[in-house]
Amino acid sequence: MKKSAGVLLFILLLAIVGPWLSPNDYLGTNFDALLRSPQLAGMHLFGTDDLGRDLFVRTMLGIRVTLMVAVVASLVSLVIGVTYGAVAGYVGGRVDAVMMRFVDTLYALPFIFFVILLMVAFERNFLLIFVAIGAINWLDMARIVRGQTLSLREREFVDAARLTGVSTPRIIFRHIAPNLLGIVVVYVTLTIPQAILVESFLSFLGLGVQEPQTSLGALVDAGVNKMEGASWMLLIPASLLAVILMSFNFLGDALRDFFDAKHKQ
Amino acid sequence: MSLLKVKNLRVSYDDDAVVDAISFSVRRGESVGIVGESGSGKSQTVLSILGLLPSDAVVSGSIVFDGQELMKLSDRKLDRVRAVRIGMVFQDPMQALNPYLRIGQQLRQILIQHELATGSDADAKVMAMLNRVGLPDAERQFRAFPHELSGGMRQRVMIASALICEPDLLIADEPTTALDVTVQAQILDLLEDLRDDTALLLITHDLGIVAGRCERLLVLEGGKLIESGATVSIFSAPQHAHTKKLLAAAPRIDRGDILPAVGGRTVLGVERASVGYAGAAKEQLVAVSDVSLSLREAETLAIVGESGSGKSSLVRGLLGLIPMRAGRVVYAGESLHGPVQTRAAAQRRDLQLVFQDPLSALNPQMRVATIVGEPLLVHEPKQSAAQRKARVIEALERVGLTASLLRRYPHQLSGGQAQRVAIARALILKPRILICDEAVASLDGSVREQVLKLLRDVQTETGLSIIFISHDLGVVRSIAHRVAVMYLGRLLEVADTATLFSKPGHPYTRALLAASPVPDPLVAPRGAPLKGEVPSLLTPPSGCVFHPRCEFAEDACREKRPELREFSGARVACHRVADIS
Amino acid sequence: MLRYALLRLLGAIPTLLLVIVLAFLMVHAAPGGPFDEERALPADVAAKIEAAYHLDETLPQQFMRYMSGLLQGDLGPSFRYRDYTVSELIGSGFPVSLRLGLLAILLALLVGVGSGTIAALRQGSLLDRVVMSFAMTGISIPVFVVGPVLVLLFAVKLHWLPAGWSGTESVWKYLLPVITLALPQIAYIARLTRASMIDVLSRDFIRTARAQGLGTKAIIRFHALKPAMLPVLSYMGPAIAAILTGSVVVEEVFGIPGLGQFFVRGALNRDYTLVLGIVIFYATLIIALNLIVDILYGVIDPRVRHR
Repeated sequence: MKKSAGVLLFILLLAIVGPWLSPNDYLGTNFDALLRSPQLAGMHLFGTDDLGRDLFVRTMLGIRVTLMVAVVASLVSLVIGVTYGAVAGYVGGRVDAVMMRFVDTLYALPFIFFVILLMVAFERNFLLIFVAIGAINWLDMARIVRGQTLSLREREFVDAARLTGVSTPRIIFRHIAPNLLGIVVVYVTLTIPQAILVESFLSFLGLGVQEPQTSLGALVDAGVNKMEGASWMLLIPASLLAVILMSFNFLGDALRDFFDAKHKQ
Repeated sequence: MSLLKVKNLRVSYDDDAVVDAISFSVRRGESVGIVGESGSGKSQTVLSILGLLPSDAVVSGSIVFDGQELMKLSDRKLDRVRAVRIGMVFQDPMQALNPYLRIGQQLRQILIQHELATGSDADAKVMAMLNRVGLPDAERQFRAFPHELSGGMRQRVMIASALICEPDLLIADEPTTALDVTVQAQILDLLEDLRDDTALLLITHDLGIVAGRCERLLVLEGGKLIESGATVSIFSAPQHAHTKKLLAAAPRIDRGDILPAVGGRTVLGVERASVGYAGAAKEQLVAVSDVSLSLREAETLAIVGESGSGKSSLVRGLLGLIPMRAGRVVYAGESLHGPVQTRAAAQRRDLQLVFQDPLSALNPQMRVATIVGEPLLVHEPKQSAAQRKARVIEALERVGLTASLLRRYPHQLSGGQAQRVAIARALILKPRILICDEAVASLDGSVREQVLKLLRDVQTETGLSIIFISHDLGVVRSIAHRVAVMYLGRLLEVADTATLFSKPGHPYTRALLAASPVPDPLVAPRGAPLKGEVPSLLTPPSGCVFHPRCEFAEDACREKRPELREFSGARVACHRVADIS
Repeated sequence: MLRYALLRLLGAIPTLLLVIVLAFLMVHAAPGGPFDEERALPADVAAKIEAAYHLDETLPQQFMRYMSGLLQGDLGPSFRYRDYTVSELIGSGFPVSLRLGLLAILLALLVGVGSGTIAALRQGSLLDRVVMSFAMTGISIPVFVVGPVLVLLFAVKLHWLPAGWSGTESVWKYLLPVITLALPQIAYIARLTRASMIDVLSRDFIRTARAQGLGTKAIIRFHALKPAMLPVLSYMGPAIAAILTGSVVVEEVFGIPGLGQFFVRGALNRDYTLVLGIVIFYATLIIALNLIVDILYGVIDPRVRHR
């Protein structure tokens, strides 16, 4: 667990600090330096792309954008999912049944198609990317939170609190919420990779982040096209993407085991 | 020549020995009991015999069964011993049976695996076994799933699975702990009837069970075998201090001081209360039907009953945790009604509840100080943090704990400590009435005694009234002034403790007393156990709900529901109470 | 059992209706129409075209018109591919996508469940860690990377497999697209199976089975496999949705004329009817499959259908 967290932190730092260290900038097309493989000359540590732009800086930027999109989107799905799930689980009964039916319905849909439609319809608004990705992912979170809330509601310490006369808001915030924290944290770390993959998929379709901004997904997509001649254009962003995804997944797995162990005591 | 000879058995996890050099033997046909408190290593010992410990267990020593050293056998070879030579019955049949397979399928697989029968021959053998263990309508149970059976029936299936290959040794690990006391008696008798010359190794924490049914006893503490010998000798002349402690703490229904009845004013009155639920398929379940009780100042009223009796539903109804369908509850001249959130603060403060499982009743994310102090936040918000802390410490000391526990979390407490924290929380507002719902059921002997003594002391000092719910008559006898007996939501008998235990009126009360095991091998078993099981709340019997199981039932019992009537110092709801006595 | 199935079936209908309404609204909410990209037409010609395709009616009217056509099985004409109806287009694209999808799911289940089970049985061993590392990699690399890389490696560099699609009749042309499509699912199912199997194996009734002398093989086959498969079964719904999504990429990368391609083209071209038709088609498929999954769940877990 510590290893994953460490790796992620390192990449994050690099992404934030990196571009300042380099003399190049992400926009600077330099037609003298097209498609150079990684080299020290001109500080092109990762080489350049087909427009002569320095790949190191662009990759760092791409990481920033990717992480930002993923984190914000995950937070969106977190907020929607947790609220929805907690309400459904706590209120229970009819309301819960209806709310969950709605979730089941949405779960069955080829949601990505709606996202594509949305993206095409509303002309690639950057904000919309977050919303779209968040809108796909909140379902899982809602289900998990609802399940956990339901079982928490049956736990006797909630009854004890009601008996004592603890107010409902306090019950929700001081009694139920802290017990949801564990599972929510686990799921957020596992949602982030999903969000990253969705964003890269959208970039592949040409619906993601717009030039000259770039994301890891967009870089990978560009790299795929230049695979044969300039393999570094694919390898570098793709491996970074894979490393980030794996780190989040490992972290999520480790957190899940950690919380499980504590409960089993 | 012994059938089983265990020498120097040692089981440890991460260098922590849970079984520490235990040696014992079992002869053919013998019945041996293994007793001890939880954590003493009883289960671990017998699980190692069959090689069923988890993979991180480190096991050493010798286990010789019928001349064969089991420790040296590979898992494959051990398979030939399992079920065929040694059978095992586990504690919780709902967990121990595969919920996804039909009963018949699971059982016949055992025969097939050991090449004892196949096809319709196997089916026939399984059905014969199901009959032998007393399952009504074996054909139907063959095709049923475990969740369709009651607890007692499931355990019978478990026993059938353990005996179907006619092993030489049967190991039963807490086989009746999850069952009602009348069903427990049936199951224990069944084991005795069926085993013939199969040896029995019976593990339990209940000394009453082994007293009547085991020839020899092994007493375990902290992984060590501290005493062993003939049951009669151990009970009459225990040698080890811990054994003596265990015997002293075992609740008895035939001995011990009884609290005299209490006079005084009534603090709580329950009039014709009914509580209902919507069942899984939206049908109406009546959990409590027309129950009237009263509670006096400084009195402990015990409510006893088996599963489905409605005792928990009754108190949850009067507390407002679940809605009451009918009837009144009167406290301090006022009628208590409505859900708990809408009740007056004074009412909420004066009636408190302690639950059975302390670890479930305490918020695992809150520290002890916050847990015990929360009621103060609600009812006395003007107090400063320092004042609150002082009150919390006072409450903890009241229950025999110290301020050192203030910053601990529930999972860092022992069972006894956790339950005492729950009681401290309940008592911090100085309530007038405390309801304990099976509050000591999950505690071991000596810890249980401490908590009971604590309750008695608080009552003496403050005049607290207590409603004590329990299924254990031995515990009830030591703490209650009066006892109410419930069955399937109805009140069958209410009497002073002394009267109830010496002259029980209702046939059900008698059956309960007869089925409660007495930790004394010299006390003769008291008649055949009650037949049948508690019926489902969905289809309660007509007239007197107890009549299908009652040996005295007549036509009147089937037709008309009996009212509680005075009889010989008690109130009994039975048409035939006068004839029976 | 029958009641359980019927209830599920009834529940599926509102879902389908919701899908149709949502899709319809979204398609029409997109700015721009299907004919905008052509040369600017003189107003009256444009008006006539619009009338011919009923685009001049109000939205509710268009919706009713669409629904009545739908109930008769008519998905309307494609706005872009002028000579074809949507049904024809779906009919031509679907069989290919279906073959790919089915093969991918089969592969994913076989390899995923198999490796997950083995990993669970050898928990903690080297084999377990290797399998799980592969699985981790599988879910960490986007489909549109895997595809081209595989093509580069096996088709271009090694010449073991055909690179294109339409140019060859060889059955081997399915191999790379199917593997690409299946890879993330194999990985996910392997992880899921392993976790589920480990959980089931730790339950009490498995200990009972061991006490009854059933060997490991018999225990897995008879007691553990069915319950362990429940989470995988539940995942089949989302898995199929994921394969549908992935097919868009794979068809693009490998140049396969399947439904996924039609959809993206349709979306970009504002070909309302085509897009709507595909969405509805896929949604119906997914809903039907989820229904089957639900029913199968009831077959395996008796407690669910007895409620």
